[in-house]
Amino acid sequence: MYIYNDFDEQFVRNRVDQFRDQVTRRIDGSLTEDEFKPLRLMNGLYLQLHAYMLRVAVPYGTLNSAQMDKLAYIADRWDKGYGHFTTRQNIQYNWPELRDVPDILSELADVGMHAIQTSGNTIRNVTADHFAGAAADEIEDPRPTAELLRQWSTDHPEFQFLPRKFKVAVTGAKADRAVTRAHDIGLRMVRNDAGEAGFEVIIGGGLGRTPMVGKILREFLPKSDLLPYCEAIVSVYNLLGRRDNKYKARIKITVHENGLEKIQELVESRFAQIRPQFSGRNCHLQSQIEQSFAAPTYVANATDGYEAARLANPAFRSWTDTNLSDHKADGYAIVSISIKKHGATPGDATSDQMRVMASLARKYGHDELRISHEQNVILPHVHKSDLLAIHAELRVADLATANIGLISDIIACPGMDYCALATARSIPIAQEIATRFDELKLEHEIGLLKIKISGCINACGHHHVGHIGILGLDRAGVENYQITLGGDGTETTTIGERAGPGFGADDIVPAIERLVLGYLDLRENADETFLAAYRRLGAEPFVALLYPEKAAKNAA
Amino acid sequence: MARALTSKVVTANALLEGDAIWFTQTNEWTRDIAQAELITDEAHGDLRLLEAMADQSVVAGVYLADAKAGPNGPVPVHFRETFRTRGPSNYAHGKQEA
Repeated sequence: MYIYNDFDEQFVRNRVDQFRDQVTRRIDGSLTEDEFKPLRLMNGLYLQLHAYMLRVAVPYGTLNSAQMDKLAYIADRWDKGYGHFTTRQNIQYNWPELRDVPDILSELADVGMHAIQTSGNTIRNVTADHFAGAAADEIEDPRPTAELLRQWSTDHPEFQFLPRKFKVAVTGAKADRAVTRAHDIGLRMVRNDAGEAGFEVIIGGGLGRTPMVGKILREFLPKSDLLPYCEAIVSVYNLLGRRDNKYKARIKITVHENGLEKIQELVESRFAQIRPQFSGRNCHLQSQIEQSFAAPTYVANATDGYEAARLANPAFRSWTDTNLSDHKADGYAIVSISIKKHGATPGDATSDQMRVMASLARKYGHDELRISHEQNVILPHVHKSDLLAIHAELRVADLATANIGLISDIIACPGMDYCALATARSIPIAQEIATRFDELKLEHEIGLLKIKISGCINACGHHHVGHIGILGLDRAGVENYQITLGGDGTETTTIGERAGPGFGADDIVPAIERLVLGYLDLRENADETFLAAYRRLGAEPFVALLYPEKAAKNAA
Repeated sequence: MARALTSKVVTANALLEGDAIWFTQTNEWTRDIAQAELITDEAHGDLRLLEAMADQSVVAGVYLADAKAGPNGPVPVHFRETFRTRGPSNYAHGKQEA
């Protein structure tokens, strides 16, 4: 993986020093809160309901064991012994004190990490497929591209005051695990007729208040043109994007209001203008970065022991059935470690759990870890002969939940338990749904089902692209939960449709239970997923499950 | 004559810890909403808000929040403000920890 060079190191250290000075000046009263707020946000520091929150970037979701150990150390020393992994592959600390934040940032700098541009109207942490570099269906590892974009966008002088935040996601695989169509810029690696790898460039996707599926701006962009082309897009948006209305400021609205053709014309024209200025330096940098993402040296051990253990140990077999994905190398697997134990807070890991995962990566995983946007942790390169030992260690650390992709593998934003923007709580709803379906012992029978919960319209919990989406709102001073159905965040991205009136906090879990049990009766066979059944049958029978009284009245 | 309003308290976050705090009648900040000044007059509310905001060096994010009289002092009206008096629901952290 990429290791900071002297320039990166110095840049991050300088930023820590600047922020230390800014914090000192805020505490001694030289800076007002109005003056300090944009400075702290540029360094990922928010003020939430009960405390400050520090959002640390995990660029394209990649960590090594030393970095994970450092996150654990920070959780113990300055927080309450845990951290929250987010839907943008970041980690959030919920309880830091203002005075300590410069020290935290300094510790992060020691392992090549920072919190720069995890907030504010800038280009945010670039996200990527969490199986990057390991997935069997991949054209190329997207992380060198993501790292190049990180370096280009960090402190980019033209893009520090954009109309609104700007999010970029990259995938190198056919299956879209990075939700590229719901980003300001989504990059999907494709091959042209000559067999060269390049990008399909998607713009104007996004969730939030006005959800939109991204549109294709360029069907094939050569890799060598990536930076000038992205710079052209952001530059056009910077001038054209609305600054009069915060809710109309994202590039999805710019594209919607101006039309894709006009944006295409402006971007191509700007691209033609700035492309010569890049003079190949970007390509030189890209090839350097690519070298640091070389594949690990795979081993060729026997896998007989793994197969035998699967037959002998039902808990191990169940875990391997749900938590493994195909690896590109023979004898290897990608391990998803669920941090969604039934009843626990989605995305939270304790410092002890972080240390266990770091140690597993060191011992068995070529020192690599990933954070997924679905709020789980990945060991991307594991030889199958090591899986039994890994599973045993995960069990001891309470990390062996076999539920990846199932109904209890819920995405949930922090909601009103922490977030100052939230309109309702998300976490307790996720906890109750997971606990209920664990009691019913039905989740393996239900199969692939993605529930995503947001505690406000900003949609950090990606509810629009959940097969079942839940949006928490404030209705006349009471928490109320609206359901959307049929959403999909993959290469067939679809925005879910609102099912009807919302449910109170006490009624939402029973409503989900009616819906899911009803689906079991509606599906053609056990292979037809919830989403497939919804697509085949349409909304009506599912809506009837949610609102039985209304359905009965209509039938009468 | 000043208009009557839904009664309110002045609240903010403590600058150093980020903890929820409330403004008292004696111009101090308390971590217990029951100790806060309950404001029932709009003009007085505006004035108290300005006075509280002058405390820049110890607080951040000052605002007026709806509250009503309870048996031991002001209590929150909206659930968001109730959570601020307590802490998150997934762990016994924040004020409920003490």
